[in-house]
Amino acid sequence: IREKMWGILRQRGIDGGGLSLRRTRSALVSARSYAAGSKEMTVRDALNSAIDEEMSADPKVFVMGEEVGQYQGAYKITKGLLEKYGPERVYDTPITEAGFTGIGVGAAYAGLKPVVEFMTFNFSMQAIDHIINSAAKSNYMSAGQINVPIVFRGPNGAAAGVGAQHSQCYAAWYASVPGLKVLAPYSAEDARGLLKAAIRDPDPVVFLENELLYGESFPISEEALDSSFCLPIGKAKIEREGKDVTIVTFSKMVGFALKAAEKLAEEGISAEVINLRSIRPLDRETINASVRKTSRLVTVEEGFPQHGVCAEICASVVEESFSYLDAPVERIAGADVPMPYAANLERLALPQVEDIVRAAKRACYRSK
Amino acid sequence: MALSRLSLRSTTFLKPSSLRRHVSTDTTPITIETAAPFTSHQCDPPSRSVETSSAEILSFFRDMARMRRMEIAADSLYKSKLIRGFCHLYDGQEALAVGMEAAITKKDAIITSYRDHCTFLGRGGELVDAFSELMGRMRGCSNGKGGSMHFYKKDACFYGGHGIVGAQIPLGCGLAFAQKYSKEENVSFVLYGDGAANQGQLFEALNIAALWDLPAILVCENNHYGMGTATWRSAKSPAYFKRGDYVPGLKVDGMDVLAVKQACKFAKEHALKNGPIILEMDTYRYHGHSMSDPGSTYRTRDEVSGVRQVRDPIERVRKLLLSHDIATEKELKDMEKEVRKEVDDAVAQAKESPVPEASELFTNMYVKDCGVESFGADRKELKVTLA
Repeated sequence: IREKMWGILRQRGIDGGGLSLRRTRSALVSARSYAAGSKEMTVRDALNSAIDEEMSADPKVFVMGEEVGQYQGAYKITKGLLEKYGPERVYDTPITEAGFTGIGVGAAYAGLKPVVEFMTFNFSMQAIDHIINSAAKSNYMSAGQINVPIVFRGPNGAAAGVGAQHSQCYAAWYASVPGLKVLAPYSAEDARGLLKAAIRDPDPVVFLENELLYGESFPISEEALDSSFCLPIGKAKIEREGKDVTIVTFSKMVGFALKAAEKLAEEGISAEVINLRSIRPLDRETINASVRKTSRLVTVEEGFPQHGVCAEICASVVEESFSYLDAPVERIAGADVPMPYAANLERLALPQVEDIVRAAKRACYRSK
Repeated sequence: MALSRLSLRSTTFLKPSSLRRHVSTDTTPITIETAAPFTSHQCDPPSRSVETSSAEILSFFRDMARMRRMEIAADSLYKSKLIRGFCHLYDGQEALAVGMEAAITKKDAIITSYRDHCTFLGRGGELVDAFSELMGRMRGCSNGKGGSMHFYKKDACFYGGHGIVGAQIPLGCGLAFAQKYSKEENVSFVLYGDGAANQGQLFEALNIAALWDLPAILVCENNHYGMGTATWRSAKSPAYFKRGDYVPGLKVDGMDVLAVKQACKFAKEHALKNGPIILEMDTYRYHGHSMSDPGSTYRTRDEVSGVRQVRDPIERVRKLLLSHDIATEKELKDMEKEVRKEVDDAVAQAKESPVPEASELFTNMYVKDCGVESFGADRKELKVTLA
């Protein structure tokens, strides 16, 4: 009977007489709704200013990584810090991730606050034992004696044309580990607030940036520019309010989801876009509250689809909000292949705006 | 009347008992030669003459006897299934833990591998906390959440207790980094075995330690077997004290507690001035790699009993105490009886102590929980919001 019902619903969808869809356009909410500040800031500058301010405020904070000092940072995130704070606060390391990450964790055991940069998170695999076994689990294994106030940061996920070994997204891997906190900023405000929170946090934080977002500018409020500004860890942000379908994602895909929401709005579908900001802890409350409002879920991530962040979100929603769902949950993720180099194949390997739009329409029982 | 005694290896000098000092408190300096010389690499070795005192040598005996008793008791507890999982025993290697402590302070840091029970004791850990942890009780030094491989004592700068072979080496260099960063005049002793000595991360960390002049002392506890693999089968160059290349090294008789003390004292002075140094301690473990290893598939019983007869660290100190007339046989036997009782009492106390509450499953995940949720096996049955 259920299949039949869905068949009927789908039919209605095609006919355009949708049962539960509202045709009224949602009030135009700016995709980037910030306080009325006219200032803009790139994500790069946001990260740089966050590290700068935290180093200024706390002498225990230091930066360590490949090319972070003299080279000014492989992606210029640590630009100017060596000149400002000197070689006793900014350390250029040899290309030895296992070694310097372990040293960073040991320094954190002793009470310092290292900010360890991985040139990309692909290289973190060389040091992953230290992130997980030496950092994440220590507070638990020592029953609270040894806490690890360290931040592991760097670009994560696909860049442009860098191939299979340089394009993996590690959000799902790190976020599965109890004892870690995993953050993924999208906007400049996210970058500032979350990085400052991460550096101040007494627990190990994996901070997943995105290379392609570094150069993007975002409006930034006076509040966000203040040196005491901090965002809470574990709270997602509703970037755009909507009524018909919930789109949940993080990092660069937030921008794609917002574009998809614009396209959907043109077709009378009001999408709510949630920017996770925090992968672990995952803000299940905000996600579920939204799905209970819209009855439909589309999750989006760049990373590999199997056992991904989207899988966890879908499971959470099916477990906690089953009776509210009017459609199967949808996952849009990177293709289940190592990242190819050729531009056309790379495009096929990553979620595009049209994929998100299509999934949202499927959830609304609208075919193309 | 204080007598200074030099190089008294062969002299027997019996003093009438009425004139003998109360030995356990006699701190008059005496000098004793180590049994074997030090071999050095890229540095001048320290002198073989070790400054010590009667009180100190007696304390060595007592501390090593206590460690020995603890490990033997752990063996029984494991066999009666009160200790589960992995249990790596240190008996035979006691001189290392005790000699090191004699040369350093509780502000110097120590980090080691999973063979950490005696190191914990050396840092001031209590027997009852050790046994409780081994038996998974709340009273344990890690509230029962760590187990044999994860003892810690942060207030004495003992940073564990690590299960991943070699991981403690970069961590220990990080401790040294923090000491230098904070401008403390302290050093970090980073202990690892002959098995871990081949780990790449050792060389990565040593490179950085040498580049940045970190006060890190890498101590290779060469007990000649990495689990079941002898050094000659795992290392092309088993001269571990030389493997640092540009980093100076010292080879030490790790069964001679005075040699260990001298080497650690020398290393601390060196590290504070010149950066990292490697100490290779020639030692031996009587037990197998762990309680699951009889220790006989890769070495002969004769070898083990041979070492016990000729090189046992406790017997050597007993001979020293007797030959220097610092204590009588009976006094030493009584001391051993006291230590045995101490250990038995601690075991009994630990056996009585309760297991952790079920709620402890979810504690200490984070310092700052920020409303994180955590789940049991059935998430609909057991779900917790960490406060």
